[in-house]
Amino acid sequence: MSILVIAEHDHGSLKGATHHTVTAALACGGEVHVLVAGHNAGEAAKQAAQIPGVAKVLHADSAALAEQLAENVAAQVLAVAGSYSHILFPATAHGKNTAPRVAAKLDVAQISDITKVVSADTFERPIYAGNAIATVQSADKVKVITVRTTGFDAAATSGGSAAVESIAAVDDAGSSSFVGREVTKSDRPELTAAKIIVSGGRALGSSDKFNEVLTPLADKLGAALGASRAAVDAGYAPNDWQVGQTGKIVAPQLYIAAGISGAIQHLAGMKDSKVIVAINKDPEAPIFSVADYGLEADLFEAVPELVKSL
Amino acid sequence: MKALVAVKRVVDYNVKVRVKSDGTGVDIANVKMSMNPFDEIAVEEATRLKEKGVVSEIVAVSCGVAQCQETLRTAMAIGADRAILVETDAELQPLAVAKLLKAVVDKEQPQLIILGKQAIDDDCNQTGQMLAALLDRPQGTFASKVEVADGVAVVTREVDGGLETVKLQLPAIVTTDLRLNEPRYVTLPNIMKAKKKPLDVLKPADLGVDVAPRLKTLKVAEPPKRGAGVKVPDVATLVSKLKNEAKVI
Repeated sequence: MSILVIAEHDHGSLKGATHHTVTAALACGGEVHVLVAGHNAGEAAKQAAQIPGVAKVLHADSAALAEQLAENVAAQVLAVAGSYSHILFPATAHGKNTAPRVAAKLDVAQISDITKVVSADTFERPIYAGNAIATVQSADKVKVITVRTTGFDAAATSGGSAAVESIAAVDDAGSSSFVGREVTKSDRPELTAAKIIVSGGRALGSSDKFNEVLTPLADKLGAALGASRAAVDAGYAPNDWQVGQTGKIVAPQLYIAAGISGAIQHLAGMKDSKVIVAINKDPEAPIFSVADYGLEADLFEAVPELVKSL
Repeated sequence: MKALVAVKRVVDYNVKVRVKSDGTGVDIANVKMSMNPFDEIAVEEATRLKEKGVVSEIVAVSCGVAQCQETLRTAMAIGADRAILVETDAELQPLAVAKLLKAVVDKEQPQLIILGKQAIDDDCNQTGQMLAALLDRPQGTFASKVEVADGVAVVTREVDGGLETVKLQLPAIVTTDLRLNEPRYVTLPNIMKAKKKPLDVLKPADLGVDVAPRLKTLKVAEPPKRGAGVKVPDVATLVSKLKNEAKVI
């Protein structure tokens, strides 16, 4: 039984999500291989080889894989899929884009966002915005899975010494092409990997206030900034800061929710945080039901005071 | 150009669901059901493309129990021209739905197929991608902007680091993200008109699709409860609790 992990990388280096996925793969119990599909991604392949527990790294290099288009990456995975019992992707935008394509071509069900490996064919996954946990068993010959990265610890980045094997790259499918990318610039820790997250909601009132009030706190704590859907929809924060069922799922050591009421959809994205702090004017806000520490106060006064006392 | 939109009937997003005490599933008897929010966005987008003159006909499709007809009527009240229900009482998983939709697509030959990015009940986020794979067509998932012209769809996608734009040869599959548009409210006259629009009912067997579930749900449990928290009176107490009790800063 061998297991394939599809690496997420930016060619030059592996993304943290890959390391979490390797941990899930090792829990399935078998020989773990990592596929690095990209263009000039030799560095990422080398990093994958250094993860302890990884037995082999498959490296496919082609211009067709440069932009990680789902059509081409899925074809690349399918080219090697034959010899694996499990194929695991991180449950990131990229993994979610590609994994179901692979599963459908193999005519197997895909198991989304697993949070626990019970056994080689049985997994736990949250449903209904995390309000229920389903234990599902797959009878398919190949298990195609996406892994919720906050459900598994990251594998170590060094200590392993797997062989890197070059494999033939697939041709460009030709039905889609990459046009451009607009990356949100940030020198803060990545939201999904941050130890501390400071998150703001609609109560901030404007984009300027959002930055003015929350940035000093995030700077002080070395935290990533997050936002509720209401704050994102109102244009106070960029889309990719959204925490929740349809945004990012995070589980930091400390999550500070400022001016967030705590709708079901938002809680789905952060309720596995170790410590949750809520700062809200409304004593009835549902966020207080999950907060370890609740401060009933006007955030425009409380947050600057908090910055000062740190 | 014909557009096909897939819609799902799900527990309303405002309902806090309860897990059944025997662990067999979530209790959805007597719970308010609605159209999956992402699917509303999909129907809205198709309707806007029709209003722009890009799309000439919109076909809404749903798979599931007879009550899904209500969901299809809602789609027609937003702007779909006609509807198809693939009726079955069986549990449908994304692969089965993708196969049913493929069969409908083969019959209808739409150029553009729009789905929501995920259903808020099973949270799978698979069906659109699976349909694209089965049809061997390109996909534009998590779309926040769609432009269709000259046999090509240009789709801006929400990805982890920001936005990404891809160009897809039609026919193509697009799945909607939250910020693609704001669905309109359905008006009473449009609800009345939707009652007169055609709604065909098919069975999975008519389409030659085996819908047997591939995954077996062994049990459904409540998520672990968080311990009760405390309210702190002021910022100083909060800081001292975080430092000394929780030791997170």
